[in-house]
Amino acid sequence: MKLNLKIWRQKDANSKGKMVEYTLDGVEGDMSFLEMLDILNEELITKGEEPVEFDHDCREGICGTCSLQINGEPHGPDRLVTTCQLHMRKFNDGDTIVIEPFRAKAFPVIKDLIVDRSSFDRIQQAGGFISVNTSGNTVDANAIPIDKHDADAAMDAATCIGCGACVAACKNASAMLFTSAKVSQFALLPQGQVEATDRVQNMVRQMDLEGFGNCTNTGACEVECPKGISLENIARMNREYLAANMKG
Amino acid sequence: MGVLDSKVPEGPLADKWTKHKNDINLVNPANKRNIDIIVVGTGLAGGSAAATLAELGYNVKTFCYQDSPRRAHSIAAQGGINAAKNYQGDGDSPYRLFYDTIKGGDYRSREANVYRLAQESVNIIDQCVAQGVPFAREYGGLLDNRSFGGVLVSRTFYAKGQTGQQLLLGAYSAMNRQINRGKIKSMNRHEMMDLVLVDGKARGIIARDLVSGEIQRHSAHAVVLATGGYGNVFFLSTNAMGSNVMAAWRAHKRGAFMANPCFTQIHPTCIPVSGEHQSKLTLMSESLRNDGRIWVPKRKEDAIAIREGKLKPTQLAEEERDYYLERRYPAFGNLVPRDVASRAAKERCDAGFGVNKTGEAVYLDFSAAIKRYGKEKALTSGIKGADEATIIKLGEEIIEAKYGNLFQMYEKIVDENPYKTPMMIYPAVHYTMGGLWVDYNLQTTIPGCYAAGEANFSDHGANRLGASALMQGLADGYFVLPYTIGDYLSDDIRTGPISTDSPEFEAAEKDVRDRMEKLMSGKGEHSVDYYHKRLGKIMWNKCGMSRNEKELKEAIAEISELRKDFWENVKIPGDSNAKNQELEKAGRVADFLELGELFAKDALTRKESCGGHFREEYQTPEGEALRDDKNFKFVSAWEYKGEPKDAKLHKETLKYENIELKTRSYK
Repeated sequence: MKLNLKIWRQKDANSKGKMVEYTLDGVEGDMSFLEMLDILNEELITKGEEPVEFDHDCREGICGTCSLQINGEPHGPDRLVTTCQLHMRKFNDGDTIVIEPFRAKAFPVIKDLIVDRSSFDRIQQAGGFISVNTSGNTVDANAIPIDKHDADAAMDAATCIGCGACVAACKNASAMLFTSAKVSQFALLPQGQVEATDRVQNMVRQMDLEGFGNCTNTGACEVECPKGISLENIARMNREYLAANMKG
Repeated sequence: MGVLDSKVPEGPLADKWTKHKNDINLVNPANKRNIDIIVVGTGLAGGSAAATLAELGYNVKTFCYQDSPRRAHSIAAQGGINAAKNYQGDGDSPYRLFYDTIKGGDYRSREANVYRLAQESVNIIDQCVAQGVPFAREYGGLLDNRSFGGVLVSRTFYAKGQTGQQLLLGAYSAMNRQINRGKIKSMNRHEMMDLVLVDGKARGIIARDLVSGEIQRHSAHAVVLATGGYGNVFFLSTNAMGSNVMAAWRAHKRGAFMANPCFTQIHPTCIPVSGEHQSKLTLMSESLRNDGRIWVPKRKEDAIAIREGKLKPTQLAEEERDYYLERRYPAFGNLVPRDVASRAAKERCDAGFGVNKTGEAVYLDFSAAIKRYGKEKALTSGIKGADEATIIKLGEEIIEAKYGNLFQMYEKIVDENPYKTPMMIYPAVHYTMGGLWVDYNLQTTIPGCYAAGEANFSDHGANRLGASALMQGLADGYFVLPYTIGDYLSDDIRTGPISTDSPEFEAAEKDVRDRMEKLMSGKGEHSVDYYHKRLGKIMWNKCGMSRNEKELKEAIAEISELRKDFWENVKIPGDSNAKNQELEKAGRVADFLELGELFAKDALTRKESCGGHFREEYQTPEGEALRDDKNFKFVSAWEYKGEPKDAKLHKETLKYENIELKTRSYK
């Protein structure tokens, strides 16, 4: 198939960017979206032009590196996939595809389609951990039985890949789904109870400092999340936050 | 033994590690504050090592090319992590895990290292649960286990099909705690370009800030390389696009020996290649072989009809299918080790029984498991005389609960529903057992330069068992390296900060700049990928699942020629003083073009078949690998001497004092 691509090009963080149009022929349905961009880049390099830079690594939907706002949606039109798992069979011959970086104040553009998501790391550094040193003589793993439903719910929250689609989907650029996924994981496990108060307060404080917006419960984040992280996590974090503040 | 001293402690196998920990020198907590350690790579090995070293009090700087430590490729490991906990009461023990690993590796790994790995495996699970890693549990609240290839017990712990992700996020959270305390400085989007030696010791690295293009000097008292494997030398592999050998290869060129580079794991259950545009391959977890049965049609006509789209696999009756693993290996069946399963698939496809358009695929079929689980579920749910449709529906629900994310991934890529029609799979490059030679302390042949995880060679011999990579990465990072490195650093308590103004740093930086300038000056028309793909084809066709003398010799000549062309002609647009993904790729491919040649030379030198290394000249009449313990019971450790083909071979003879060498049989 033949496609019209409109792609955001920006030299670096300090330069002004613009949309540039490209026509690409010979795209096949079996290709992934990123393989389609590989072909475009191969053509650009052959012509002596600079290729379009985009973040990607594992190309199997788990590392969370790839991003892209495709026709206005983070990770494109398909559900429960990252851009690297989006296949071109979801598009038709002659389609125009608009490709932009994730847009949020807390995700500044580095170059072309690459954004800086280090704000996510800083939220995790503020409290996304259980303070246990490596010793090799912690209690036996089976000494703490955990209700299977809680363990499964913790696992569901823990599958967040930190891609930032929730922020890009949100009209407020809120990071509540991302932050609440980690808070929830630990809130559901007995190991997480000891530091629960500090954790939620510190992570929420850092989230606000990074310039993410507030949550107005539109639910766009849940729809666009490639891992199907549930809005329930936001509700759970709100409860945790309230409880923590009442404790003081 | 010459220059290679494995430093394996004396004494009985089970006591060696404890004794060693008691004997080695320690650094007192106050002095640790004055010692800097660089950790390159933040996957399971690097992330866990960095966190633990920082907890101990060292000043740690981590480097990763990704935008966050959480993205290292350990994250993609699906199936699980082994540990000799014996929670299932099926007779497991550290000895049994040790034995399985040595046998699985076809008797080419070091006994003492593997035993230590088996001992530490139990601590890993305790540590990870304490960190809040949500492993799968049974209804009673205790941890669940499953089986993996090449073993007869259930010792694999898992978190759905995302075990690597959960373990990595555990290590990442441990790192975050130390970053928050200021004990780790995390340098993301930075790539190590060279290792710096001062007075023969590793004292720092030259790194490139991938965003600004700035070349930087970083010093430390020791450097840990935890940079993973080099599977991407094949271009197509299950590794991440950025996975590369640069750090290990730079260290090799500075004096670290490269061990067993030809030992590569070709994983049997990957999604087959669909076309020339393919950029990487996707693995389907080995755990699928717990329930999936592998087959091809018995008759060649049927295989041809399937390839032409005239026949569907579901139309073939049971007796028209060849469950070739169950036929050839009745004892282990579909759960034979990876190397055996991969070669058997290749054998069937080469013989003309392959099933997709390219003829390079076999079926992995869940219909029997769906029925089996469905019947059981119907019984336990009190449904009497359930009809076929109900049984299948119930069975599919169980399969979905076990492997849902893998089935979804398959369907997204292939556009076929694997609940209804068998999956198609084919072997693909997945893991490299070879790597930097290390002694018992995980130190390379360069003093102060350590290698951990997939980047070293020590534990998996010629073939790695499933769910053992995560175990080794975390054992090295949490429980081995943080202690053994103290023995070396105890001499450095009075050294003080290492200056980056020395002539050694200056010279190393100049080397890096010259190299980049040379890469940027290519005059030709082809991109980096063009060269990488060509290298990959040579590697896959001539150094892949089966190898022979003639083709290996051709590979050496062809790679050498390709490398020359690359350095003269590769076309890299843009600027070296800014973000430039093509330049990043070029630096990595340049090293693959050298490593590939050494790889072929190593395969040529090893005139036997063992594990993942199959030389066509050395096989039994039934086509099984023919090992030669008399002449090849050693680790090949290569010393850099200019061109890769001039590398000098050093042998570390392997001693088996606790295990009797046997022909590996899974029949």
